[in-house]
Amino acid sequence: MFSLAKKDLLSLGVFALIVLAMPFWLSPLGAAYPALMQKLAIFAIFAVGFNILFGLTGYLSFGHAAFLGIGSYTAVWSFKLLTMNVVPAVVFAVVMSGVFALAIGYLSLRRSGIYFSILTLAFAQMSYSLAYSVLTPITNGETGLLLVQGDPRVLDALFAEPRQGLPVPTLLGLDMSGYAGFYFCAAMLVIAFYLSQKIFASPFGLALRGIKSNQTRMNYTGFNTRPYTLAAFVISGMYAGLAGGLLAVTDPLAGAERMQWTASGEVVLMTILGGVGTLVGPVVGAWLIKYLENIFSAFNESILQRFFSFLPDGLDTFVVTVTSKFVGDGWHLTLGLMFVLVVAFLPGGIMEGIHRIVRSFQRRGDREPDGSLKAQPAE
Amino acid sequence: MKSNNANVVLQVADVHKNFGGLKALSDVNLKVEEGRTHAIIGPNGAGKSTLLNVVIGRLPPSSGAVIFGNTVLTGLAPYKINQLGISRVFQTPEIFADLPILHNVMAPAFARRDGGFRVNMFGRTDRESEIREEAESLLEDVGLYAQRHGHAGSLSRGDKRRLELAMCLIQHPRLLLLDEPTAGMSRHDTNTTIDLLKKIKLRGMTKVIIEHDMHVVFSLADEISVLAQGRIIAHGQPDEIRDDPRVQEAYLGGTQP
Amino acid sequence: MNVIFAQLLNGLDKGGAYALIALGLTLVFGTLGVVNFAHGALFMLGAFCAVTFRYLITLETVTVDPEKLSPWGAPLEIRTPLAQNWLGDFGAVLIDYSVPISILLAIPVMLVIGVVMERGLIKHFYRRTHAEQILVTFGLAIVLQEIVRSVFGANPIPQPAPQDLRGAADFGVWLGMAPNVLTYPLWRLVYFLFSIGIIGAVFAFLHFTTFGMVVRAGMVDRETVGLIGIDIGRRFTIMFGIAAVVAGLAGVMYTPLLPPNYHLGMDFLVLSFVVVVVGGMGSLPGAVAAGFLLGILQSFASMTGVKAIIPGIDQIIIYLVAVVILLVRPRGLMGRRGVMES
Repeated sequence: MFSLAKKDLLSLGVFALIVLAMPFWLSPLGAAYPALMQKLAIFAIFAVGFNILFGLTGYLSFGHAAFLGIGSYTAVWSFKLLTMNVVPAVVFAVVMSGVFALAIGYLSLRRSGIYFSILTLAFAQMSYSLAYSVLTPITNGETGLLLVQGDPRVLDALFAEPRQGLPVPTLLGLDMSGYAGFYFCAAMLVIAFYLSQKIFASPFGLALRGIKSNQTRMNYTGFNTRPYTLAAFVISGMYAGLAGGLLAVTDPLAGAERMQWTASGEVVLMTILGGVGTLVGPVVGAWLIKYLENIFSAFNESILQRFFSFLPDGLDTFVVTVTSKFVGDGWHLTLGLMFVLVVAFLPGGIMEGIHRIVRSFQRRGDREPDGSLKAQPAE
Repeated sequence: MKSNNANVVLQVADVHKNFGGLKALSDVNLKVEEGRTHAIIGPNGAGKSTLLNVVIGRLPPSSGAVIFGNTVLTGLAPYKINQLGISRVFQTPEIFADLPILHNVMAPAFARRDGGFRVNMFGRTDRESEIREEAESLLEDVGLYAQRHGHAGSLSRGDKRRLELAMCLIQHPRLLLLDEPTAGMSRHDTNTTIDLLKKIKLRGMTKVIIEHDMHVVFSLADEISVLAQGRIIAHGQPDEIRDDPRVQEAYLGGTQP
Repeated sequence: MNVIFAQLLNGLDKGGAYALIALGLTLVFGTLGVVNFAHGALFMLGAFCAVTFRYLITLETVTVDPEKLSPWGAPLEIRTPLAQNWLGDFGAVLIDYSVPISILLAIPVMLVIGVVMERGLIKHFYRRTHAEQILVTFGLAIVLQEIVRSVFGANPIPQPAPQDLRGAADFGVWLGMAPNVLTYPLWRLVYFLFSIGIIGAVFAFLHFTTFGMVVRAGMVDRETVGLIGIDIGRRFTIMFGIAAVVAGLAGVMYTPLLPPNYHLGMDFLVLSFVVVVVGGMGSLPGAVAAGFLLGILQSFASMTGVKAIIPGIDQIIIYLVAVVILLVRPRGLMGRRGVMES
């Protein structure tokens, strides 16, 4: 039941190694600090889950950030009411977002194509607006939901003396900030990736792919497609909830801006940039975007001036002025351009790009130096 | 040659179908008996495809009923009709173009085994050796075994039809509906397909074929119904149909096929 | 009764904006078959045409008059807008009426933007999937709004309505009520009439010109029109330009009602899609009717009495309507069956 094909098992092993070794290979890139690595792991989970819906069934949800937000709010409430232990927080986050995904998915999946996209968008915008207005008692409106000294924390109060200052989320007594938090998120990512591998390789995954490929044939082949898409929607909603819960674990606060539709758009971009419908693509896309965001947002004019100081006077100010539009606050401009370019020229994402390159090398490899194809084995 | 109702697999009873004011089908009655190949022929626009669409639940009849075994099909969702044991080959092949050919054939087998919906997300497609072997042997039958790992979208039109046929056959349907299974095929491909369909006939599968090509119809059919302007104007064995003056007038245009 | 009438009026200007944006969206969708997520950005660009125009004509010269001193003893700086310097009183009027006058700037600018956008990017996506169209136009929308932000900054830039049109019209008096019972800000009235005018012009254009007839025929059946040998592609490009102009003008005139900022387009886009869906994908009268309907609904939902019964309804009413319409009647109020349903 939990087994994987040899090829998948190998890629899972390599993947786990890469994720857990992040502190090592990210340090030459200047990104080996826990807060960023936590984000890399968390958004990879978000994208892997989104890919189960969009990549396999082809249904483009434009409202997945809603589930991310719901996961965060739930986790923070679990910290406030029950305990600072992360296990119940994460479990509740996943369950709660699953419940919402079931309700929203049930309604949205009655339509397909663009109508489905608009329905999910409408639901996400509703959640966002409500979180800002009427639901303020639950969401704490614009300030965002925070931990406070006076939180009941019923379970913690039973078993332990309250500590001084604001408590931190813990697992087995370990504070979930810094590296411990990163390794927790990394472990979750590996599990999430493994589950996604299982789904891809299962008859269930085959059915989901069938829905993307040809829904008519699915229906006339005896598949009841609606519950299949709903299952995919709920699963990917739960992934988003897990990601949202982990955001709260590493930094226990939750705000409505997490549910905004630009956030939904971002996860779409991550998935597309990496490669829709591939296992690793969404992870690569999420990492690349979060890494670049980190780098680009940190840039400012003085850094750029130093960077371009080798250029002749006049030219360097020009280059700095132009490039400064794309960094710092201008990061979103870069993001938008990337979006357009990827969809226009590389709809299969980075993974397709890699495949193309590999294939072109293979083709070259098949040829003898004189350009002719390799001789067939002698008979 | 009259048989009793016990052997009737599919019964179309007094079916009418109107599109606005247009009568596409009027008072159509058909009985398809177990193990027989029943061809429906007729000139263009006679209502053949409409009839097939009514049978598989794509279109609801305006009145009348379609009965399969003991079940009334009217109003059932297409997937339920398939689950009862009816598979269909479409006029333009409906296949999973972005999936490997082998998976195209395996997917319908899962639907047959697991029913309309099952979240078997911990199963492994590559471990389903029984289904894979059956799929491979069917692909061998239709001549696509060598390409089984390629993508279905890259196949030629004729190959797509054969693939679709394999996708239907793996479901072991009690009734196979074929909508012009050889349209657009070369003579050679048509003959291969006829041979293939004859092979299935030996296994005793019940089939309804809609076909233009008289060569195909007379090579395969046990019984023929002639549809013209939404009505069944003649019904009988191939020889009777061939000699029926009404049929020749309505369809064959007075010339001998 | 008065209250209801007042809310009805309140919804009209916003409804007008929705209707204009939805009209353009529907035109583009109907003719080119493209779901344009960058259409809201066109509305926003129009608004910034007004901002740019006003910025240009209010450029000032600063002269120092050594004779006169300010109350605290420094030489008095006299700022005169250039336009006033050169054109005298006419310049002053120009500045006062900057918003409506910037329409003259917006028309060519938006037309060019629209045509460039269609030829440069959208054209290449006709044969791609709707998902890819959504994604590429979504990316484009981000690019456009970020460019505006890097030029104009992130803060809203208020644009005053002309002096004469700032007050309120006393509607009640016209209807025989006591004064000040039912008043309506003049500019909102202007906006409503303006939107009606533009909508009328677009419909007249589509119905009474050969160009419009070809476009309408193309909306129904592109292939056939193409087969007759009409270069439908070029006309559709122009149609896209016109849709951009309509969205742009809607944005220009909206600036006194809502100070434009760079994400104005996104805010209106989501709502306009809802409007299009409610009206019925591909139906022009549907888009217009739904625009006004939703504007009015929104204004009713923000009444204190209504909010007391259903808290937060003003925030979500439009989405709620969209969800209900999509689930109960997916082709919207006036849409054809099966448009874009896969």
